Amino acid sequence: MQQLLNTSLVGLTLGFVYAAFALALVLVWRSTRVVNFAQAPMAMVTTFVALVVIEGGASWWLGLAAALASGLVLGAVLERAVVRPVQGGSQINAVILTLGLFIVLHALAAVVFGNRYRSFPAPFGIRGLEVGDRTVALTPTGVFTIVAVLVVMALLVALFRFTDLGLRMRAAAFNREVARLLGVRVGRMLTLGWALASLVGSLAGVLIASGSLVHPGFMDSVVVFGFVAAVLGGLDSPVGSVVGGLVLGLSLSFVSGYVGSQLVPLAALLILVLVLLVRPGGLFSTTTARQV
Amino acid sequence: MSAAPAALAVRGLSAGYGPVTALHEVTFSAGRGRITAVLGANGAGKTTLLRTLSGLHRARAGSVELHGRAVTGVPAEQMAGLGMAHVPEGRGVITELSVEENLRLGALGRGRGVRADKAGGRGANDLDRAYALFPVLADRRRAAAGTLSGGERQMLVLARALMARPQLLLLDEPSLGLAPRIVAQIFALVRDLVREEGLSVLLVEQNARSALSVADRGVVLDLGRVVADEDADVLARDDQLRHAYLGF
Repeated sequence: MQQLLNTSLVGLTLGFVYAAFALALVLVWRSTRVVNFAQAPMAMVTTFVALVVIEGGASWWLGLAAALASGLVLGAVLERAVVRPVQGGSQINAVILTLGLFIVLHALAAVVFGNRYRSFPAPFGIRGLEVGDRTVALTPTGVFTIVAVLVVMALLVALFRFTDLGLRMRAAAFNREVARLLGVRVGRMLTLGWALASLVGSLAGVLIASGSLVHPGFMDSVVVFGFVAAVLGGLDSPVGSVVGGLVLGLSLSFVSGYVGSQLVPLAALLILVLVLLVRPGGLFSTTTARQV
Repeated sequence: MSAAPAALAVRGLSAGYGPVTALHEVTFSAGRGRITAVLGANGAGKTTLLRTLSGLHRARAGSVELHGRAVTGVPAEQMAGLGMAHVPEGRGVITELSVEENLRLGALGRGRGVRADKAGGRGANDLDRAYALFPVLADRRRAAAGTLSGGERQMLVLARALMARPQLLLLDEPSLGLAPRIVAQIFALVRDLVREEGLSVLLVEQNARSALSVADRGVVLDLGRVVADEDADVLARDDQLRHAYLGF
């Protein structure tokens, strides 16, 4: 019973981080039809920015703010400078470019921040909460992780559903030409989409790093899990990506807790293959495959 | 004709795709408060003409004036703000958005936000007016636009274009794939809008007979060239032209 509870709690916390990361991938995919493989190293770089700020004497919160701000800028710059010029050609061009960015950002981070493990502070305690006379596997930092992801998701939902800007962004993502005819500046909306995605990715990066170690490769496994979560949710659906993240987090936690932690990456890939075989459109697909 | 500039004046407009020239020095004008039909067979250049006028496609030569103001080369996203609304072929609804979101989007083109939840604002009035004109849409306001029928989609794009309060409406094949009864309904509605609000319309149609029945003037395109530019009733009576280019 104790183990079931703890495994679930660990899975839930992890699931929220995967959900945030999957959401970042979905935001980019929806607006520009690019699977952004560079999302992980982008988040890694902004997490290092946060670490530098914190080690410079600032609070953890200022570090988080620095990571989010630099994420916003990095996303916008990469969309304008790197991805935009190859859009309009074959879709594979941009995907290959993001793979290239993956390698470049990795190498740059190793040069600038050093290729070793550095510890990243946590905003709150990292010891399990005490419930009655037992300690459960949910830390105050874990609670904060869940709350932070929920708040960001609520803000994104509010942006997309209730504001004119969100409506413009959705129109630009769904139908560029019609959006242009209705006066939407599609280019700006795509830049903003990348910036927001990068911000959400940066949040995931800082949350994973908190109370743990960072290193130029520390996000690499997360990109795999985030991608599996996004595919699980259908790649096109922000809600799907969140549910996908939670399902994946819980599944992997159970595999780790009951089968063996060395099987976690294998289990993630197994889930990916199963989803692609059984429901290629994701768990929430309502339409059959759509050619875009 | 009065001294006021035409709603649309096109002079020597050429456009093409790669080595193909789709429009050869097209010159015509569309009067204010009138319906001008652009007719011609498939491939005559009608859609390219509209796409070039609204800035989706770049002109190679020539000029376009909207109410006497030069708009040649203005990108599509700015044309809505200048009073031109282009309703593209094949409906052009954003299927993933709801009916009401499509309509709100139409109003954003002029930079005035429409918030459905704030009653009394100008935007809300525009929404009410759209629903009054198209009661079918009011019943489906929360539905995804992709669930609408062909006729309902045509009404939605028309209503959406009107949300921007345009002075000139470019309609590309509104009759395409619709039942004759619905086509008649839509044409009657366009006719009423022109009469009551002084809207100017450039109507591209392959269905020449219906188009000429509502239009004031007709421009016939053949392989990207203007081969006739006459009053609509003159065109409709010209047997030679009808047989050669209009197919009825």
